[in-house]
Amino acid sequence: MSDEQPSRRRGRPGDVAGEILQDVGDELAAVVAAPGELTYKTLNKFFDFIGDCSILAARTVKLIFKGKVDIREAFNQMAFIGVASLPIVIITVAFSGAVLALYMAQIVVRWGMGSFTGAVVGLSIAREIGPVLTSVVVAARAGSAIGAEIGSMKVTEQIDALRALGVSPIQYLVTPRFLAGIIMLPVLTIFADIIGTMAAYMVAVVNGVAGGGFISSLKAQVLPHDVYMGLLKTVFFGIVIVIVGAQQGLQTSGGATGVGKSTTNSVVISIVIIYILNFFLAYVMFGGKTQFL
Amino acid sequence: MIIVKQLSYRVPSGSILRRIDLHVRKGETMAVMGMSGAGKSTLLKCIAGLLRPTGGQLLIDGIDIARMRESQLDNIRRRIGMVFQYAALFDSLTVFENVAFGLRRHTRMTESEITDVVMARLAMVGLAHTESKMPSEMSGGMQKRVGLARALAMNPEILLYDEPTAGLDPITAATIAELIIKARDELGVTSVLVSHDIQSIMSVSSRVAMIHKGRIIASGTTEEMQNCEDATVKQFMRGETQGPIHVTE
Repeated sequence: MSDEQPSRRRGRPGDVAGEILQDVGDELAAVVAAPGELTYKTLNKFFDFIGDCSILAARTVKLIFKGKVDIREAFNQMAFIGVASLPIVIITVAFSGAVLALYMAQIVVRWGMGSFTGAVVGLSIAREIGPVLTSVVVAARAGSAIGAEIGSMKVTEQIDALRALGVSPIQYLVTPRFLAGIIMLPVLTIFADIIGTMAAYMVAVVNGVAGGGFISSLKAQVLPHDVYMGLLKTVFFGIVIVIVGAQQGLQTSGGATGVGKSTTNSVVISIVIIYILNFFLAYVMFGGKTQFL
Repeated sequence: MIIVKQLSYRVPSGSILRRIDLHVRKGETMAVMGMSGAGKSTLLKCIAGLLRPTGGQLLIDGIDIARMRESQLDNIRRRIGMVFQYAALFDSLTVFENVAFGLRRHTRMTESEITDVVMARLAMVGLAHTESKMPSEMSGGMQKRVGLARALAMNPEILLYDEPTAGLDPITAATIAELIIKARDELGVTSVLVSHDIQSIMSVSSRVAMIHKGRIIASGTTEEMQNCEDATVKQFMRGETQGPIHVTE
């Protein structure tokens, strides 16, 4: 007799996407049939999720302050979350900066204000594109891995084995990833900001913006505060990615189907929270209006 | 050594364990048998402190662990070794790292002392020279033996086996059964084993209890259980399809 929740449907791992779609269909059908009950269930699930994440985050921080962190594992996770994510972060942010510069250059050169390209693109990259795109890429790459790895350990009783050996799964699995997340997200974002701005510069110059004007407007309008706040945002995003991935992994049940759901949910929930949180952080950090305007 | 008093475990969908009473004496191997879904593994996980009972007492050397906090339970768990149904080896670690896992975290042993213990335990389960393998490179039977070596590495006073011979060929199952006897005789551990493999149960255990629908319905020595007149026990022991147990239950 296992303590796992019985799976409603037992399918091959390849059926996971189909089952998730069917679940979405079930939920929609339930909305039509009994909207009140579904609202209650959804709210219940939502508050359960918030509660689980808050407790997990609090326990993780407490363990870190007590010094109970596997340093070797933390370095392994830094390599996985940080170093291994660098190429895809660079490609994503570089091309996003480049396309932004392309559009800006086409408009501002026509109006004789080409030098503004540096300021607009620089601010966009430092405040938004660098931090948010880096976090989304890490959520997709590392967040899914965290959910899948911990979820797989849960359904194969490895989490129980840890506890049976007197080792806290939070201490062994979550604290190293948490530290890696809050350290490596800002580091990745620094690279993203630099490469994104360089790519934007090259595209702007090719499209008729004076290089000197681009640099001078960048220097004048992009302040250290903009960069620091952008980096600070990624610390919060790093916490979201790790805690959501770990929470989804630790509550996995139902074999391969359950692991598939946890993996998908880790990415989807993290990205949604990152975008919502980004708005509120931007509002607090930048006062709801830009200095540039 | 282990006294289970009126132990209950409920989940929202119903009761899994109902007022279980069990007494495991020091140094003996007690088997708990029953159908799949009867509550055997849940009982074992309660004894290991992995599940918190919803009622009753669970005394280990007179200390009730049913109401203990997680941090206090960690100290108890270090005295208990558990062998999982599917071994539950950490698949990102080598065999050596799996067996050394508890030693590295809970003892002040040097790396060379840890190596000695790990090698001795691997030799005991007949897996010397496999220390650098990954769990995925091993068969199910080998993984279970590594799981036993991992559980034995910490010199536990109590060993819990969850379906140790399930899914194994008869010869590998007999090898595991021999190892269970060896662990009891050489190390003097108290063992609780849950299984539905009657042959293994009769060969390794001194006493047996039968659990059915979350209740202990009979217990006694292996001879007493073989001669038990209870219709449910009889049907289960003989593997008959006709009787009070229906497979759809």
